[in-house]
Amino acid sequence: MSAVSRRDWLLSDAPRTRCQARLGALYQGWLTFRANRLAMLGLVILILLIGMAILAPWIAPQSPFAQDLANRLQPPSAAHWLGTDALGRDILSRLIHGSRITLFIVGTVALIAPVIGLFIGTVAGFAGGWVDQVLMRITDIFLAFPKLILALAFVAALGPSIGNAVLALALTAWPPYARLARAETLTIRNADFIAAARLQGAGRLRLLVRHIWPLCVSSLIVRVALDMAGIILSAAGLGFLGLGAQPPMPEWGAMISDGRAYILDFWWVAAMPGIAIFTVSMAFNLLGDGLRDVLDPKGDKS
Amino acid sequence: MLTIRDLDVWFGHVPDRVDAVRQATFTVQQGESFGLVGESGSGKSTILRAIAGLIPTWSGRIEVDGRVLDRDRRDRAFFKTVQMVFQDPYASLHPRHSVDAVLAETLRLQGMDRIDQRIVRLLDDVGLGQGFRFRYPHQLSGGQRQRVAIARALAAEPRVLLLDEPTSALDVSVQAEILNLLADLRAEHGLTYLMVSHDLAVVGHMCDRLAVMQQGRIVEVMEVGDLRRGAGRADYTRHLIDASGGYRREA
Amino acid sequence: MTEPLLSVRDLSVTFPTRQGSFQAVRGISFDLGRERLGVVGESGSGKSMTGRAILGLVRPPGQVQASALTLQGQSILNLPDRQMRKIRGGRISMVMQDPKFSLNPVMTVGQQIIEAYRLHASAPRDQARQKALEMLEAVQIRDPERVMNAYPHEVSGGMGQRIMIAMMLAPDPQILIADEPTSALDVSVRTEVLNIMDRLVRDRGMGLIFISHDLNLVAQFCDRVLIMYAGRIVETLPARDLHQARHPYTRGLLDSLPRLDAPVDRLPVLQRQDSWRDADLLAPHADTDLPGGL
Repeated sequence: MSAVSRRDWLLSDAPRTRCQARLGALYQGWLTFRANRLAMLGLVILILLIGMAILAPWIAPQSPFAQDLANRLQPPSAAHWLGTDALGRDILSRLIHGSRITLFIVGTVALIAPVIGLFIGTVAGFAGGWVDQVLMRITDIFLAFPKLILALAFVAALGPSIGNAVLALALTAWPPYARLARAETLTIRNADFIAAARLQGAGRLRLLVRHIWPLCVSSLIVRVALDMAGIILSAAGLGFLGLGAQPPMPEWGAMISDGRAYILDFWWVAAMPGIAIFTVSMAFNLLGDGLRDVLDPKGDKS
Repeated sequence: MLTIRDLDVWFGHVPDRVDAVRQATFTVQQGESFGLVGESGSGKSTILRAIAGLIPTWSGRIEVDGRVLDRDRRDRAFFKTVQMVFQDPYASLHPRHSVDAVLAETLRLQGMDRIDQRIVRLLDDVGLGQGFRFRYPHQLSGGQRQRVAIARALAAEPRVLLLDEPTSALDVSVQAEILNLLADLRAEHGLTYLMVSHDLAVVGHMCDRLAVMQQGRIVEVMEVGDLRRGAGRADYTRHLIDASGGYRREA
Repeated sequence: MTEPLLSVRDLSVTFPTRQGSFQAVRGISFDLGRERLGVVGESGSGKSMTGRAILGLVRPPGQVQASALTLQGQSILNLPDRQMRKIRGGRISMVMQDPKFSLNPVMTVGQQIIEAYRLHASAPRDQARQKALEMLEAVQIRDPERVMNAYPHEVSGGMGQRIMIAMMLAPDPQILIADEPTSALDVSVRTEVLNIMDRLVRDRGMGLIFISHDLNLVAQFCDRVLIMYAGRIVETLPARDLHQARHPYTRGLLDSLPRLDAPVDRLPVLQRQDSWRDADLLAPHADTDLPGGL
């Protein structure tokens, strides 16, 4: 099949199979996304990050843990492209290995928080009445605390470790998603297509899972992508305070924290992980912006 | 087939309670097409929604096929007897479900077998070819969407269709197609229609009898022949017929 | 033969899409005198886009082209935004379909009319207030003082549409473009709103472009009708002759309407033909003839 006809097949207004219809919808979305240059940049950065994390042991020039006290606090040079830290470890290697930790944090939080939020928000919005009241007041309680302080409290109670940090972040990040999902549900639940499904005898669970979730998920995905930057920063913040990843793990926030003592004389120790955090956060924001063009049902042009 | 007696429908609670329908009483015979006409806010759509079980706040008596309905519970047998077509085809189809998904889910919910064959049949019945089966709503025009909505309502093989202004969001040429389709389906399947419209000409074309509503009350139940002759007994009916005759420049 | 108020020649509106460009309006020409001009067609025929193009309200990436678009001899094609804003509302006004979306929900009706008036007339406040009261009276609102202090959600649909008309007419425009002004209204309210517009056109010598999908209404209300199909005018004729229309599209639209006085078993269905998209304009009279006895 030539490239032109494959494109026509994908963009066909009259797909002949279920599969063609799905692929066509995906391709439409991809075309919209591709039109946004900055979003593409964000996507490329994130693909590079993922590639870096997968290949970390092979592309890192040195071990992230190998100490070389003779060469501590070296400025960037041919031997150490990004310099060395206070224990003489190669900062580039640590950054490359640290990308795994960053991705782990981001990935886990992105899997847990929106799911909790989606569930609580849609149930509250759809059930209404006292269920709504109870669930939303719980949400309010969580929202009333500053996120980082609440995460700190969780970590303090559970003990400092990367796993607990992730859990704490996920448990503090869900309330905004619940709010969002509830607001969406409230506008959807009185729609005619919900009434129509109800007239076919569809139960509440089916309405929730098959009809309401698919419409909430897209705006949640956009929101998650935009929030990722904040989550990375919170994780880095926990690491910075010594409550996240424990030494000698090369977590980016902890690396900044290590470099803090030398920030005036040996700027690169703190600046390099800072730049990494900045780049990845920005990439997620750009990606989120592009996803909004594709997924936000309100932006539909048809 | 359908008997409504002393139906009151209201929204909200006592201090701000709004009475949308007051003491509505009428009967629709098996195989008949009955119209409800009135201006916006007259309560005509509210009656349909109360019958369908979408509004729980009503009192009075609704009887379908000899069975008295509960306030908001509707059982499987009800959904197999009564189905509804909504006014706005842009709002009545799930934006992320393809035609195929909509019909397959409906058929499965109604406990039908041979789903694949039935989807093919339903699409043929409403005059959409197989080319439309895997489209999403945004790939359909307004008239095509309304055909899908009609196919969905027919999936349960109901005997009563509640039609809530099924053509008011469509162009006149498409309206003609949909009205013809509804007339054909009624003849073919022996359906009973209860149709709401603000357009007297549409009701005059589709229905045998009609009830005229004003501010929640039925002011008159009449034969369609009387409507055509402009012979309303109530003042309001005559006023409505007069106004829908079109615009006459004042002197 | 006086100079037309508005003259449109070869107007096109183009939108770029993934599959090439899409022409919503394809080279239409017409003149508007001091008359009620109806523009009818189905959704997607380009009738609303024509109104928006005249007012310079087509949003990018949409593009408006014309060989001439003149308001009393002055070209208003693609004027810079600042100048267009002066014309819009000042000399040409527009009434939209649903008053709910066109009135600002957090301002009282009075404030909005006064604001609209002062934007174009730079009159002192109490004079603007006087004018607003006058306008509300002109659109048959019985208790203008009370309505002035009401918020849009406190008035009915018909009242809202009358308020919109009052607001649009306060700066004494020469042309009013009404896009489906009565489709959201009940029949009994519709007649009142039409009467008001009719009177204003007659008394003030305004030109009215009445965009509607309702053929019968246009035939009864307007002086002259343009019938649009797929972005082109396929036929133009005096409104009173609409039922003798010759173009098969117009005929098809008329026939597909159910009628109380002539019941049929099956409604005739419009059979679209590709040739309509590009066929020549059917014009029974010369283009220069402005009917309506003016």
